[in-house]
Amino acid sequence: MKESGENVNEGSSRRNFLKKVGIGIGAVSLSGVAVTSVIAKNKSKSGKKIKLLSTDGKLVEVDKDDIKAVEESVTELKSEARKGLPGRKFVMVIDLSKCKNARKCVDACQEGHLLPKDHDWMKLYLLQDDHTTARYWFPRPCFHCDKPMCVSVCPVGATYKRDDGIVLIDNERCIGCKFCMTGCPYSVRVFNWKDPEVKLPAGSVYDPELGVPQVEGTVGKCIFCADKLRKNELPRCVSACPMGVLYFGDLLEDTVTNGTETVRFSKLMKDRAGYRFREDLGTLPSVYYLPPYERSFPVESGLEDTDESIKGRYKNAGPR
Amino acid sequence: MLTEKQLLQDLTPEIEKTGIRWYLTFVIFFLIFCVGIYALIQQIIKGHIVTGMRDNVVWGLYIVNFIFFMGLSYAGALLSGVLHLFHTGWRKPVIRLAELLTVISLVIGPFFIFFCIGRLDRLPFLIIYPRIQSPITWDVIAISTDLVGCFLFLYLSLIEDFAILRDYTDLQVKPWKKKVYKFLALGYSGNEKEKKILSNARNVMAAMIIAIAIIVYSVLAWIFGVTLQPGWHSTIFGPYFVIAAVFSGTGLLIILMYIYRKVYHLEEYITKRHFVNLGVLLTIIAAFYGYFTFSDYLTKWYGSIKMDSMLIDKLFHDYFSLFIFANYIGILLPCIIIAFPRFRTIPSITIAAVIAVTALWVNRYIIVIPTLETPFLPIQDTRPDWIRYSPTWIEWSLTLAGISVYGMLFMLVSKIAPIISISEMKEEDKTEILK
Repeated sequence: MKESGENVNEGSSRRNFLKKVGIGIGAVSLSGVAVTSVIAKNKSKSGKKIKLLSTDGKLVEVDKDDIKAVEESVTELKSEARKGLPGRKFVMVIDLSKCKNARKCVDACQEGHLLPKDHDWMKLYLLQDDHTTARYWFPRPCFHCDKPMCVSVCPVGATYKRDDGIVLIDNERCIGCKFCMTGCPYSVRVFNWKDPEVKLPAGSVYDPELGVPQVEGTVGKCIFCADKLRKNELPRCVSACPMGVLYFGDLLEDTVTNGTETVRFSKLMKDRAGYRFREDLGTLPSVYYLPPYERSFPVESGLEDTDESIKGRYKNAGPR
Repeated sequence: MLTEKQLLQDLTPEIEKTGIRWYLTFVIFFLIFCVGIYALIQQIIKGHIVTGMRDNVVWGLYIVNFIFFMGLSYAGALLSGVLHLFHTGWRKPVIRLAELLTVISLVIGPFFIFFCIGRLDRLPFLIIYPRIQSPITWDVIAISTDLVGCFLFLYLSLIEDFAILRDYTDLQVKPWKKKVYKFLALGYSGNEKEKKILSNARNVMAAMIIAIAIIVYSVLAWIFGVTLQPGWHSTIFGPYFVIAAVFSGTGLLIILMYIYRKVYHLEEYITKRHFVNLGVLLTIIAAFYGYFTFSDYLTKWYGSIKMDSMLIDKLFHDYFSLFIFANYIGILLPCIIIAFPRFRTIPSITIAAVIAVTALWVNRYIIVIPTLETPFLPIQDTRPDWIRYSPTWIEWSLTLAGISVYGMLFMLVSKIAPIISISEMKEEDKTEILK
């Protein structure tokens, strides 16, 4: 279910690669096609040797015939998806001064995760805290809280917190009780009220890190594009944003990037007075906001180029 | 002393023969039930899109019905347990109804959870992959414990009756039914030793189901209480739910007494005394329940916390009539009717009970839905028709189906067991019980 046919096994092969570390000999990347391999114990048959980089960084030679692609298995995908990436703590920073409701993040998210049109993982709010204060656009992904209510209340462990900070959902475990949806104070979670009717690429298997396919009667939400992160790429919304609103990075590396500029997370927080939404709820989100100071666009411009159905969504927006 | 024969005739009106009226009522209930099954099939085929629930209001009528029926059950358990333990003399003709009410509500309630969850096929996951941190897991443990406890309590009270029915040679029933009685009576012969054991067991179970009922309904309240949602996140919810449950259960017991008294001509057994006693109990509980309701909403209204204010605002605008009915009329009117001796007639007490039970259902509705319509982030950027909740015919038909199954189960039980405990009535002088 990857985006294109040519790198079908890439995401999982990295995982299998990690799994095969014990056997000792690793993966190869040939002309853009990633193939994971294991060495059969016997000697060469064709005599053609291929150089491979082992997991401990040594160059080794392996017979070509001994290289076999490892089948993608759902159980392996799922067990890897539960652990998360070691030594990482992902964090997102959203610069409210640059957002103008371009909605490219929403589109990229829906396309990337094959979501139905009315199924938004990324949402854009037009907020105004009080009638005396300013309006501002407020993109809202999942906050991937460090004390996630949704994970606490899940009765079957279908949603879980990983070591790298990401909160994922196993759509093959979820029973659809919707307790997590009432538990989440940020309305992040969406329910698959009907069959999503997505066309899946042939031979694709369910991967919780991509969240595809969504399953009828289960809960879905933003998953920080965990599949992209495993490939060392930015989440889809971050790369899609034309304004560079969204920064993504690693708290342990103290670095975040929006694709064009890379900055120190701690410095950004300090200089721009970063904050987290509703800190008082104590859920410890992994998403930080920068106040809409010295804006790049007037807030009204966010409604100019959108079609009527989108405008209609904000007609009740106002001070709370 | 009433003769056993007369007691059997009066209290087992459905066991020997089945009247046309029984069949007719049963068929009506069954038809409603079939509509519910059709609705359920629709929901399973097309998905939950056929309900009125959407991403904000994720719990609708089903959860309202669930907490309502569970409440009835816990109330039945509390009432029968307390009445039994305190050896309240007048309890004997009505305690069987309270026990039946407990078990039947407890059987119906969880079905509404089954309707609400998205993947019915994954229900076993609750047992296969349980997480003890989740209040739903607490609930699974609590409800199954309660189910076993209440079934046992009901069964213990039925053993003596089954023995009487087994030993009664003139009973005109099919041989299989006799065999069933023989089996269910467990060879009970009624000697002193057996009587003592049975009575001890019933006392222990009565005490246990009181405790279980309180714990179980508190756990259910905590499903709401532990969340951060405005209106739900309340420390008062545990005791508040327990009181509300007893309120509705007492009301339903009065309604059932009225129906049974009319249908089976039990005027001699269920007297005005029962209605007045339970009516007074209803009033006392209404006072507590009103007090809890008031203090819960007062603290939310008086403070300036934005989410609470928005919720109160919603309740007093969008839900104004429902709020007034549930929390003013539904509490005050039953109190007024029963507080003045002049209004205390059997029909008026029954009307008070009907108001109380309906109001409590509405109260459940305005606890569940308005909170979900008041999330921390405003409801925006979503399809406009997804914003307000209104239940669809699917949800209403399944609700009605639940009520019709409720009726059918009571009717089926009356085919096999006495509607008033014969053994209890036999023991005591009738005048003593019915004075």
